[in-house]
Amino acid sequence: MLKLKKFLFKNGPLLATIAIFIVVYWIGGRLYPAMRNPQVFFNLFINNSSLLIISIGMTLVVLMGGIDLSVGGMIALSSIASAALLQMGINPILVMLMILIMGVFFGLIMGTIIHYLKVEAFVVTLMGMFFTRGMAYVINSSSITIKNDLYRFLALTKIPIPFIQNAFIYIPTLVGIILLVVIFLVTNFSFFGRTVYAIGNNEQSALLMGMPIARTKILVYAISGFCSALAGIVFSISLLSGFGGYAQSMEMDAIASVVIGGTALTGGVGNVFGTLFGVLINGLIVSILQFNGTLTSWWTRIGVGVLTLIFIGIQSLFYVKKRKA
Amino acid sequence: MANNNLEILRMDNISKSFPGVQALEDVNFSLRMGEIHALVGENGAGKSTLIKVMTGVERFDHGKMFYEGDEIRIKSPQHAQTIGISTVYQEVNLCTNLSVAENLLLGREPRRLGLIDWRVMNQRAKDIMLELDVDIDVSTPLSTFSTAIQQITAIARALEISSVRVLILDEPTSSLDAHESHLIFNVMRKLRDAGVGIIFITHFLSQIYEVSDRITVLRNGSLIGTYDTASLSRFNLIEKMIGRSLAEYDDMEKTKVVPGEQKVVVKAREFGKEGVLEPLDLELNSSEVVGIAGLLGSGRTALAELLFGIDEPDSGTIMVEEKTIEKHSPYTSLINGLALCPEDRKSTGILGELTIRENIILAMQARLGWFNYMSKSKQYEIADKYIELLQISTPSVDQLVKNLSGGNQQKVILARWLATNPKLLILDEPTRGIDVGTKAEIQKLVISLADEGLSCVFISSELEEVIRTSNRIVVMRDLEKVAELPGDIEERKIMEAIAGSE
Repeated sequence: MLKLKKFLFKNGPLLATIAIFIVVYWIGGRLYPAMRNPQVFFNLFINNSSLLIISIGMTLVVLMGGIDLSVGGMIALSSIASAALLQMGINPILVMLMILIMGVFFGLIMGTIIHYLKVEAFVVTLMGMFFTRGMAYVINSSSITIKNDLYRFLALTKIPIPFIQNAFIYIPTLVGIILLVVIFLVTNFSFFGRTVYAIGNNEQSALLMGMPIARTKILVYAISGFCSALAGIVFSISLLSGFGGYAQSMEMDAIASVVIGGTALTGGVGNVFGTLFGVLINGLIVSILQFNGTLTSWWTRIGVGVLTLIFIGIQSLFYVKKRKA
Repeated sequence: MANNNLEILRMDNISKSFPGVQALEDVNFSLRMGEIHALVGENGAGKSTLIKVMTGVERFDHGKMFYEGDEIRIKSPQHAQTIGISTVYQEVNLCTNLSVAENLLLGREPRRLGLIDWRVMNQRAKDIMLELDVDIDVSTPLSTFSTAIQQITAIARALEISSVRVLILDEPTSSLDAHESHLIFNVMRKLRDAGVGIIFITHFLSQIYEVSDRITVLRNGSLIGTYDTASLSRFNLIEKMIGRSLAEYDDMEKTKVVPGEQKVVVKAREFGKEGVLEPLDLELNSSEVVGIAGLLGSGRTALAELLFGIDEPDSGTIMVEEKTIEKHSPYTSLINGLALCPEDRKSTGILGELTIRENIILAMQARLGWFNYMSKSKQYEIADKYIELLQISTPSVDQLVKNLSGGNQQKVILARWLATNPKLLILDEPTRGIDVGTKAEIQKLVISLADEGLSCVFISSELEEVIRTSNRIVVMRDLEKVAELPGDIEERKIMEAIAGSE
């Protein structure tokens, strides 16, 4: 009993997120019988694979008390850069590697500036956003189609879901799920991960406890850069093209997903599983509106906005309660 | 405990000065193995400076330090820690969102297949805490525990990191209740019995007598002495901390207000706040100086802050000239003519980047409201008036306040409140950190203000000074008003009141 209470207390925001997801899904199923098709559920993963990947990276950044606004721009830059490189006939594996290295490198630079020059993360990553978006258009101001065979194979091969008829996902969909497991292990079972939580709580204390602040901070931005480059590759695979205008303001969707998932913007509290449900709720609202067909897609924004606000409210209630306790 | 008298740490003739202040002068200190050594003194006595030079936060100017028999110079707090000198501060420097186990062991966490082995880690943490007689669920976040447990976790971590020989506890119990303090004391006794030398800084006399073996008293940067706790009475300890030390005042003329026609300015009944000040009755009259005596942390500053409304009282009433004040706050104080010169003028009083004129008219402007602009010429007129009245020595009214000496800064704050034409002026340690001559001047000033009809509250750690200026003396002990004595009383009687029953 006591253990259950402790579990509920510890995972309150996460359980609330999951509950909301189930309730919204149930309502959708009641309103639109077509939504009861299992494939609708898997489509949430397929359609939001890029968002999931950047949101996972963003979770680490936010847990540490930082923010990364450059992720959307990085997706656009990665997609157009891969398309352009593939057009030049470079080996696709090599292209992917180059893109990932670019993402890591970019994150490292931003992290270094944030930590050593003590510039606000908001400002540095905002510049990163301008830079990546601008660079994407410099590479090519219009969209480039990808005709590479490996990319086409990855984009079009379906993986059937065992035991469920006619349900499937695509190969790139797996990337986000694997990443989720890896980052879960990192946040909960590694010194690095716990240091991220420590910094998010109190950087000064973490420093006095002898934790490697500089290394951890810079590495977290590098991981976020890696995730957004990876998301860019996934994005370009699923659309089989690259374009500087892709993933407009997706960084905001990622931040919203992280917050809906129960991670506190002030840092130190939350986890990556919550983020998964934050992303799924985001996608769920989109698909309900699609099933409805008459409402404009802008209602998604309103829905996500209201939800995010509610969740920040819940968090501070929890916080206030904990402080009183 | 055969080597009970073995010295681990000795400091000989340590001196340290900061610009304008001699923080330590020729201080000797020694710590034995397996003892709890209380370090006591009022504000500015040099306790924290001594700790700072001992742990490498600051370097001392003169003197020698010996650690385990060898002369040593501590280069940095990290250096101190590696050789076995650890400090736990009043503010817990841990991460409250992490579990107790993580706070104890992160950095040396047990792993399995490269991943943190939570089961082993929690078990090890549990054992560490059990060793200190604390049985808690170490897997819950630190934030869910009381400050005492957090303090003990900090101590346990310090012990975990290196083999600690010297443990410095800087006011670990200042925000704890009696029960929680005992948890800490148990841990301290346990460590003492294991041979650790513990330096315990506190301003609670009862705690000093409860746990310490020896006491070192500092005052104004100088060593008063080191004593066995058992052979030093409370009264003697207080005398050493605040009693007459120098003949510095002897040549000052003794003048006091001759109370003429008095009326009640402030009347407080059952006035207090839980955990800050026990409910007390207080009456403050016009044309008199009421002194508040007591040790640091006895509630003198709490009383001043409650009277002024910085802290909102949760019991009792306060009346200013027959009018009951609801929702007491600094603003209502200002409106009703109460003024406070706070204890720490650097952080809570003076605005160093503003000029003397701006500092002086600040409170007055606040009282007028921000939209009632006071003309420049009027401002200069007021500033000039107080500079002359209080004899603030400055080349110009437009001098930045940070460029003035401590005494003159104090006078500027005084001027700020006098300009609002208050009925009651509360002065919390107005003479701290200023030279003897200026001290005397400020005392005289207070007396002359009372002479003109003002009601003054004078708080000081120097008993001599309180007796010299006050018509009545309120004695505080352990957040309680324990006595109200006439102003022409012997120093001894006040110290007895402060010491209480033994």
